[in-house]
Amino acid sequence: MKAVNFENVAFSYREEDEFSLKNVSFSVEEGEFVAVLGHNGSGKSTLARLTNGLLHLTGGKITVFGTDVSDEKNLFEIRKKVGIVFQNPDNQTVASIVEDDIAFGPENIGVAREEIARRVDWALDAVGMTEYKQRMVSSLSGGQKQRVAIAGVLALKPQIMILDESTAMLDPKGRREIMDVVKKLNREEGMTILLITHFMEEALAADRAIVMNRGEIVMRGTPEEIFERHEELETYNLALPRIGVLCEMLKKGGMPVRYVLTPEELAKEIAACASK
Amino acid sequence: MRIEVKHLSYTYHSSAPFSAYALQDINLTIEEGEFFGIIGHTGSGKSTFVQHLNALIKLPTAEKKFKPKKVRKGQPAPVYPSIRIGTYDLGDKKTDFKELRSKVGIVFQYPEYQLFAETVALDVAFGLRNFSKTPLSQEETEEKVKEAIEAVGLDYHAVKDASPFDLSGGQKRRVAIAGVIVTKPEILILDEPAAGLDPLGKREIMELLHRLHASWCKTVIIVSHDMDEISENCTRAAVFSASRLKFCMPPSELFLHAEELETLGLDIPVTAKIQRELQKLGVEVHSDFTNEDFVRRVLERVGGTSC
Amino acid sequence: MLKDIAFGQYYPVSSFLHRADPRMKLLSLVAFIVAIFLASNFYGIGLCILGFALALAASRVPVRKVFRSVKGILFLLVFTAIIQLFFYKGETVLFSWWKIVVTKEALFYTLFLILRLVLLVTVASLLTFTTTPVSLTDGLESLLYPLKLIRFPVHELALIMSIALRFIPTLIEETERIMNAQKARGAEFERGSLFSRAKAVIPVLIPLLISAFRRAEELGDAMDARCYAGSKVRTKYKKISFGWRDLVIFLVMAGLIAGVVLVKQLPGMVF
Repeated sequence: MKAVNFENVAFSYREEDEFSLKNVSFSVEEGEFVAVLGHNGSGKSTLARLTNGLLHLTGGKITVFGTDVSDEKNLFEIRKKVGIVFQNPDNQTVASIVEDDIAFGPENIGVAREEIARRVDWALDAVGMTEYKQRMVSSLSGGQKQRVAIAGVLALKPQIMILDESTAMLDPKGRREIMDVVKKLNREEGMTILLITHFMEEALAADRAIVMNRGEIVMRGTPEEIFERHEELETYNLALPRIGVLCEMLKKGGMPVRYVLTPEELAKEIAACASK
Repeated sequence: MRIEVKHLSYTYHSSAPFSAYALQDINLTIEEGEFFGIIGHTGSGKSTFVQHLNALIKLPTAEKKFKPKKVRKGQPAPVYPSIRIGTYDLGDKKTDFKELRSKVGIVFQYPEYQLFAETVALDVAFGLRNFSKTPLSQEETEEKVKEAIEAVGLDYHAVKDASPFDLSGGQKRRVAIAGVIVTKPEILILDEPAAGLDPLGKREIMELLHRLHASWCKTVIIVSHDMDEISENCTRAAVFSASRLKFCMPPSELFLHAEELETLGLDIPVTAKIQRELQKLGVEVHSDFTNEDFVRRVLERVGGTSC
Repeated sequence: MLKDIAFGQYYPVSSFLHRADPRMKLLSLVAFIVAIFLASNFYGIGLCILGFALALAASRVPVRKVFRSVKGILFLLVFTAIIQLFFYKGETVLFSWWKIVVTKEALFYTLFLILRLVLLVTVASLLTFTTTPVSLTDGLESLLYPLKLIRFPVHELALIMSIALRFIPTLIEETERIMNAQKARGAEFERGSLFSRAKAVIPVLIPLLISAFRRAEELGDAMDARCYAGSKVRTKYKKISFGWRDLVIFLVMAGLIAGVVLVKQLPGMVF
């Protein structure tokens, strides 16, 4: 079943403004992991806010598990199904204590007390933060704060999780922590993931990727297919990850390496050439 | 100006005993003309270190109320931390710290959040006005502001009267950098200059820093988590971990210590990872971990067109 | 440093006071304040100090932490002390020089006043040290429940308070960061006339305000995304219930008030 479906979606912040999204159509299957790539200001973050009705679309149609987002009556149900983790780790927590914050979502939808307690424990475990249950949110690192934010979303038991540049403000360690959690959720819980990012490396974990530029979808395919077309990527103000740059330089130097995306694979490619 | 740090220790005035030391006995020299990298996690002490360099945190001996400890006979004299930057002695109460700050510019993380003035030109002029000892004429101010705005790659006439809050994220960051370099600091320190930018924005900022290094500020120091950034750009890098200085050497040597860095929870550059994998496969390649050198060495080792 | 401001900081240990009902703690704070103002002599204040010492012991919060909150009102303390010391009209002159006269009565009254102020601040900080912001606001919401009948937005008020408490550390950190950034650009906050100091605040205040608005907007989105829809269907994770601890607190507080009223009759200096 289609978890999210965009059909010719258009959006502008104000009527007189230029469209920040034009003619956007794509869908995400249940259980799928899709990455949305784009430079800052390409319109990729608008997608997240449209999907759960924080913004209202100007044209086209968005459905979540078949339910129309533009109908105000459906919003509450849709927000239960679509969880969003935002960019700034400091601006998403409502309560001072970790467990209180995670409970905020379930409290809002009227979950019974015992069930909230179970969900808080489960969500903390899922993001590996159980030992921080009683800590002050302000004493955590950026990566830990974002994991609490993920747990806060998980406690609502959503079917889709959207990460709206959730790693952009983190250091490499925090970024890895978040990506590990996201991959695990997708694999083990079958959670549908929509990952919005400008880090090309992160898109590698996805089943499919789409690339946005000036409010339009300009590329679609597996991450590997997209990285192959690196010259086109550059025109959308996206740069290859360093490993891609190295592949490119080696090729120019006359070494027939394939486009690969991990250090291990590139080492294998080079070694294969060496043994010939 | 050369930076010479000796025996720098710093403790928080905190009641929690475990987080007492922010810095422990740091000894470090940064030569004029370097493009220096500072690496470390949040809480490793690197921010505290950087704040010492322009006396945002003063050395104990420079505090007004400082009195030297009385030394009893037979006991060694106490060792006080010292920092010298060019001719400035940061441990001396009489040092003109304001002048020092105009010579050692710091661009903090997400500097766009410090913008406040009505126009870009006014914001950039803020530091200039604060630091100049005699009031500057309108023309002089304008001249210097123009120079700084152009140095960060913005069109002076297009942005000078704009509100800094109407600019794009990347432009805001450039304006913030212009606001620091406007006093022509000899040393420019940037905390995570590329944080939050997309890959292209990152590349542009690094290019800008190299341009500034060549023409504007003699020494550039960047604080970064990104080992690829460090290995591609820096002449030397210092690694801080748990309030101590663990390494200080050129990237070409630093990343030979891959395992130690990883036990400190730090990353290594992609080139170092590939070299390690190659070694496992029996192909020895040694480079200085920059793209160019790495590719050249690989091609040398494996042979370019021949395979 | 700004971080020394202790108010609003929860101290995470488990103690008698930590586990008490937040409503009882809130009411006790009110009762305590009443007691402090009812006390009209040193016997009364002595009883209050005794009560405070009991509470402190039952809280397991380090004494130093609690007294750090006094730092925030140090200026007020010194200011009041000086005013009272020199201007309070007394009879027994202890010390006089030129136009300055200090009397025994003034000295005692100053001491009395300082004790009062210090007690007020430390008792209030004990509440925030032992109560998480959420249970504090839950307690408040529950206590103010009757106001809902006159359509007073009790839930919203409680939520606003809890969010404010949550963001205090964040904003303090941010203020320090911006101050440092402007200092690095030559701004000075400690020097100059009152006017130039006030002017120096602008480059800190504007970025701080802008960032606070941005935070508010983003937090609003995050709350909406997490299905916040007011208090209609809302349930509570933490149960607050009246237990034996609260009975003990009630009895102690009743005893304190009764005691303070009784010792008013004792002979001695009255203020």
